[in-house]
Amino acid sequence: MTSPATDGRSGNEQSAGGALLDVSSVTLRYKTPSAAVTATERVSFSVNPADRFVLLGPSGCGKSTLLKAVGGYMHPSEGSITIKGRPVKGPGPDRMMVFQEFDQLLPWKTVLHNVMFPLINARKLDRKSAEAKARHYIEKVGLTRAADSYPHTLSGGMKQRVAIARGMAMEPDILLMDEPFAALDALTRRTCQDELLQLWDETRFTVLFVTHSIAEAIKIGNRILLLSPHPGRVKAEVVDVDTASPTDGSAGRLEKEIHDLLFA
Amino acid sequence: MSSARIILRATAETAAPEAERKLTWYELAWESGFVRKLLIILILAVIWEAYGRYLDNPLLFPTLSETLRALYDRVLDGSLPARAWASIQVLLMGYVIGVALAGTLTILAINTRLGSDFLETMTAMLSPLPAIALLPLALIWFGLGNGSLVFILIHSVLWPVALNTHSGFRGVSQTLRMVGRNSDLRGLNYVFKILIPAAFPSILSGLKIGWAFTWRTLIAAELVFGVSSGKGGLGWFIFENRNLLDIPNVFAGLLTVILIGLVVENLVFRTLERRTVVRWGMQN
Repeated sequence: MTSPATDGRSGNEQSAGGALLDVSSVTLRYKTPSAAVTATERVSFSVNPADRFVLLGPSGCGKSTLLKAVGGYMHPSEGSITIKGRPVKGPGPDRMMVFQEFDQLLPWKTVLHNVMFPLINARKLDRKSAEAKARHYIEKVGLTRAADSYPHTLSGGMKQRVAIARGMAMEPDILLMDEPFAALDALTRRTCQDELLQLWDETRFTVLFVTHSIAEAIKIGNRILLLSPHPGRVKAEVVDVDTASPTDGSAGRLEKEIHDLLFA
Repeated sequence: MSSARIILRATAETAAPEAERKLTWYELAWESGFVRKLLIILILAVIWEAYGRYLDNPLLFPTLSETLRALYDRVLDGSLPARAWASIQVLLMGYVIGVALAGTLTILAINTRLGSDFLETMTAMLSPLPAIALLPLALIWFGLGNGSLVFILIHSVLWPVALNTHSGFRGVSQTLRMVGRNSDLRGLNYVFKILIPAAFPSILSGLKIGWAFTWRTLIAAELVFGVSSGKGGLGWFIFENRNLLDIPNVFAGLLTVILIGLVVENLVFRTLERRTVVRWGMQN
């Protein structure tokens, strides 16, 4: 393993065959009542299987918009997004989203039925196997006791865990996480981050994670894409982030390096 | 300067003052909304009885006991239940058709822009038009019969229900919409599995308003033209007895209208609320 490195351009070019998700020179524009805004300009990156790929940047760098485009909720005005070689045309259960908002759970369904909802509707599983799968993943996020509760009785951290369980239970090609811990208090956020890493250790799923916290990016990711704002452009890619350890201070140094790069 | 350190406290094992205490029976009773409302009704009943006795003029204002006796007699001889049933049948017919139409219109409106424009224009034009004002026209079109009544009932329930449902649909959060599309839901599936439950608080309040509107419209319409196919409804019962100057019976009729309203509000809608929006934490 090499030490964490930040190279000038998106280095570490992957062979196109190995990539799970391929985003190539994507430009995203959306219209507000008064102007057409360019959220990202010619952004390229590719995510390999079992990557924990983080999109990091200050607000206005289009990272959430980029994630929505991968989710299929927006169409790029330039460039292409392919997942396992298939072009992304619209939202689909092969790319499960976890949102920042607590209201992403269906309030009229219990935790168990929330997790079962996409399994039944998108994967067309029968109720019995959907329930077995849902219970398995609810146990994985440690919410077995809350399985029959309605979302409004849960804390923010528990709601986000349910959303993660719902996404993982679908066993999608890639899990898309849009600042899922940003609305949590600091202590809960840390626990949730640790749990996410532990889940990843067990199942090695692929995740595309959006955040504006440098520390969170270093903790969660093994690769980080740094974006600069107005419009969003790729500034650098950080690879082998795993090797940065909080104990010997290398994570702290990397954090400072990234900070200087983003706010130079 | 000493370094930072943690000093552990021994947890106090002394007996705590009572952390929880059973409520006495009158505190429990006061907590129940039903008991409090019953108390209000009892006080109003006492005032009614007292004023009726003080006035001592059954032609103007019968006492509560006279009204209740009239109600009891009319229920026993079967005339009041038959009239109430006749009203409710017509009412339900209009209500169900109206709600179904409102549902269809709103689903069209949420899926197409033209449908949405149509709904907005129609509601803006027809919602302020009192249903009873359409009655003369309805009588020409559908004749003296339940057809005319059902027509104006549909008019009175359709617009408020459609308006509430539509604004409920539009208020469904972007996140929930995205969650629905992420689960591959499209078309009617999306409407029934995401939009309707998510908008249920507004839909329910639309249904309640619609119910009150139809009930009022029906009684008013029966007062105006009353009898159809040999037996009229509650409105006609009230009108008839006023003509006979049997005022206790008029009051008994009015009381029946109120009672049915209370029963539907407290049994049907309250139960529906408890089982849905309250349980889901969407309303307290």
